[in-house]
Amino acid sequence: MQVYRWTLTMALSIVHRATGIALYVGTLLLVWWLVAAASGPAAYAHVQAFAGSIIGRLIVFGYTWALMHHMLSGIRHFVWDLGYGFKANEREALTWGALIGGIALTVLIWIIAYAIGGGR
Amino acid sequence: MSATDTPKRSMRTPLGRVRNLGAAHSGTSDFWRQRVTGVAMTLLMIPVLVIIMMLLGRNQVGAAQILSSIPVAVILLLFIFASAWHMKIGMQVVIEDYVHNEKLKLVSIMLNNFFSVAVALASTYAILKLSSGV
Repeated sequence: MQVYRWTLTMALSIVHRATGIALYVGTLLLVWWLVAAASGPAAYAHVQAFAGSIIGRLIVFGYTWALMHHMLSGIRHFVWDLGYGFKANEREALTWGALIGGIALTVLIWIIAYAIGGGR
Repeated sequence: MSATDTPKRSMRTPLGRVRNLGAAHSGTSDFWRQRVTGVAMTLLMIPVLVIIMMLLGRNQVGAAQILSSIPVAVILLLFIFASAWHMKIGMQVVIEDYVHNEKLKLVSIMLNNFFSVAVALASTYAILKLSSGV
């Protein structure tokens, strides 16, 4: 396959897959967290220590972004599935919306998380 | 939806029976379920985020108390069920696109099923255990 010109929608199509794969692997963290909560205080403390570490925070931050981006990018696909947004300017706008919206929502969620979680 | 479901006396031609089933031989059911689960997760996203915010900074006793409440448990169960199904279909599409060796492809799809079911069952078991307070 020869790509004669890279477009934003092309690149974001790959990002949609990549974030999907990352979320797939990341469910292991979700399972670990829930199983630890059901297991007891010691197991839960391990999860909290990991999630609170620098690496843990980076992973969870990345996971938040992957989830928000994949969701908005997915909503973009729903719009296309319904038959709208195929004009050049419309698909560019939808794609930029998913890209910027994903980053904005991630930052917003973390600000709220620090405001709430930091107070406990 | 396989061809064997068709009654023997069907008037449909063999071509008519396989038309629109595509390369996966199962038609568009996965395409549709991928969208149903995607819509479900989008609708559940705000409640799930609220639950996570409620849990932040709490120890196991506090977290277990919140997780065992019925609305929280039901929302999380719905989200996990939709996620596991959605990611199983999504990963299968990726495998079918990039793994061209037939045997390796079948093994990968099988492992994908195992992983997705294991994620769903382990999470479900944990939530039900928390809910029953054992």
